[in-house]
Amino acid sequence: MTGTVLAQALSQLFDAYVLWVILGSAVFGLFVGAVPGLTATMATALLVPVTFFMPPVPAIASIVTATAMAIFAGDIPSCLLRMPGTPASAAYTDEAYAMTKKGQGELALGAGLVFSVIGGLFGTAVLIAAAPALAEIALRFSSFEYFWLVVLGLASAVFLALANPLKGIVSLLAGLLVASVGLDNPAGFPRFTFGNAELAGGLTLIPIMIGMFAVSEIIRNVATIDQPWEMAQTRIGNVFNGMWQLTRRYWLSILRGSALGTAIGALPGAGADIAAWMSYAMSKRFSKEPQKFGTGHVEGIIEAGASNNSALAGAWIPALVFGIPGDSITAIVIGVLYIKGLNPGPTIFMNNAVAIYAIFMVFILANLLMLPLGWAAIKGAKQMLRAPRCVLMPAILLFCVVGSFAINNSIFGVTLMLVFGVIGYVMEENGFPIAPAILGMVLGGMLEENFISSMIKADGRLLAFFERPIAGGLGALALAVLCFPLIRRALRY
Amino acid sequence: MKVNDAVTGVALLALAAVLLWHIQGFPEMPGQKFGPAWFPGLIAIGLGVCGARLVYAGARRRGPWMTLPEWAHGGRPLAAVASVLGGLGFYIIAADTLGFHFTALMLMALWTRLMGASWRIVVPVAVLAPIVIHLAFYKLLRIPLPWGVLERFAF
Repeated sequence: MTGTVLAQALSQLFDAYVLWVILGSAVFGLFVGAVPGLTATMATALLVPVTFFMPPVPAIASIVTATAMAIFAGDIPSCLLRMPGTPASAAYTDEAYAMTKKGQGELALGAGLVFSVIGGLFGTAVLIAAAPALAEIALRFSSFEYFWLVVLGLASAVFLALANPLKGIVSLLAGLLVASVGLDNPAGFPRFTFGNAELAGGLTLIPIMIGMFAVSEIIRNVATIDQPWEMAQTRIGNVFNGMWQLTRRYWLSILRGSALGTAIGALPGAGADIAAWMSYAMSKRFSKEPQKFGTGHVEGIIEAGASNNSALAGAWIPALVFGIPGDSITAIVIGVLYIKGLNPGPTIFMNNAVAIYAIFMVFILANLLMLPLGWAAIKGAKQMLRAPRCVLMPAILLFCVVGSFAINNSIFGVTLMLVFGVIGYVMEENGFPIAPAILGMVLGGMLEENFISSMIKADGRLLAFFERPIAGGLGALALAVLCFPLIRRALRY
Repeated sequence: MKVNDAVTGVALLALAAVLLWHIQGFPEMPGQKFGPAWFPGLIAIGLGVCGARLVYAGARRRGPWMTLPEWAHGGRPLAAVASVLGGLGFYIIAADTLGFHFTALMLMALWTRLMGASWRIVVPVAVLAPIVIHLAFYKLLRIPLPWGVLERFAF
C-alpha cells in the first residue's frame, strides 16, 4: 500500500458526509441489534435502498458500521431480557442472563462490549493482511479454480455449517433454482420466464432478501405480539469495571475466539452466529472451570463475543477477493459492490485501491466507535427496549415495501418480497436454513458460467478440472468437504 | 406452520418432475454438450433425491401431516399476522390505483391498531409515516412512488 493511496483513503474517510453516515448507521445498527427479532442481516437489507443514492465509500461504510454495532448490541437484550437481539448472541444468551440474575449484569454487558471491539479489530487486521495477499494469488485463477471455489463454498455452507445437511441441500438447491430464472445464463435462453418481462431479467436479489430476512422476522414477531418484554435489571452501573483484569486472565480465550471467528466468517455460508456457537463450545472444552458454564460465568461470553464480531470482518475476505460471500450479510454486500462499480475480484485492489483501503479504515473506525456508542446504548437500553412493537413493526414493514419497490421502481419487487417472506418463514419453521438458499442465489450464475466455460476449454474432459495445481488442490478439498458426512459417519463407527 | 417432512418430500418430488418435464422444451446448443437445460436438470435431480430421502425420514418419524402454530388459534396474534400478509397483498393490488400515500395510511392504521396500539397512537402514526416516507424517499431519494387517485395533488 503506497503512501498516496493511504492518504487518499484517509481523506475519503474523514469527509464530513462520510462521518455523518457512519454515525447515523451506528445508531441505526445499535437500535436494530438491541431490539429482539431485528437482525444484522435485516439491517443490511434495509440499508440497501438508502445506499443506492450514496457514493461508494459511504454506502459500504454504512453497512460495515451498522452490522458491527448490531452484532454487539444483540448482547444487550440477551443480558436484560434473556432474548438474543440477533442470532449471533443466541449461543450465550442463557449465560449472560444468568449473570444478570446474579447481579453481574454490568460485567456481562461490559465483556460483550469490550471483547466485541477486540474481536472486531482482530478480524479487521486479518482482513487487511490476508485479502490483498490472497488477491495476488487469485490473479492467476482461471474458470477451473473459480468453479472449485464456488463448489467449495457451497459445500462447506451445507456440510460443515449444518447439523442436518439434507435440509441444507434442499435450501441450497432452491436457491440455485431461483438463480437460474431469466436470460442471464451462458446460452442466453429465457428459462422459467413464462413470457413475463419482469422474470426475463432474473429475480432481483434485494427484494428477496428483504422478504426472507425482514418480512419473515416480522411475521414471527407479530405472532408473539401478546408476550410483553420484561427486563431483569433496569439500573446499569459502570460496564468498564474489571475489564482489564478479564483481559489479562482470559487473553488466550480472546485470541482463540477472535481467530476461530475470523476463520468461520471467511468460510462461505457460516457467519457470526455459527462462529459464536462454536467458540462458546470451544471455550467450555478448554476451560479450567467447565462446571461453571451455564451458571452465569463470563468466560464463554468473552470468547464467543470476540468471535462473532471477528467473523463479520472475516466474511469480507472471500467476498472482496473472489466475490464469494462469507455470510448472509456479505451476500447482500456483493450486490451493492457491483452497483457501486467496486466489482469484487482480485483486481479490486488495483482498480479501486483507494476505496477499498478507505473501507478497511471504516472497519477500524467502526470498531473503535463501538466503545463510546456501545456504552451509550447500554445506558439507553431501557428506553430502546421500551419502543412499542405495535408501532415499530408496521413502520419497518412499510420501509420494507418502499425499499423493495425502490430497487427497480416496480411493484414486482414488493410481490417478490411478500412471496419470499412467506417462503422464508415457512422454511425456518420447518428447520430449512435460509443461508444456503441465499448463497445458492448469489453463486448460481457463477457456478454455471465457470463450469460451462471450463468444459468448453477442456473440450468436455472432466479430468481437466484437476490438471492445474491450484484447481486440483481446491477440487480435492471440495470433494473432501462433500464427503465430510460420510467421513464423520465412518469415524463414529 | 410445521409440515411433516414426508409431505415436503412429496412436494419436492413433484417439483422435480415438473422441472424435468419443463426443461425438455429448452433448445440444444449447436456444437455443445451443455445447453440451457443442463443446470436446471441437475437441480431437479438433486431436489428429487432429497425429496425421496425426506419422504423416507418423515415416514419413519410418524408425526401429524401438518401442525398449526400457536398464533393460528385465534386472538390478536392471528389478526396481526393475517393483517401483515393481507395488507401486503392489498398493497400489491391497490398501490398503483389508490397511490402510495393513501394505501400506506390505511395499512399503517390497520397494522398499528391490530397489533394493539390505542387510537391516540394509531392516528398520528398512520398520518405521519407516509409523510416521512414521502419526504425521505420521494423528495430526497427521488423514488417515483405512485400517486394514484391523488395524481392531481402531486408535489
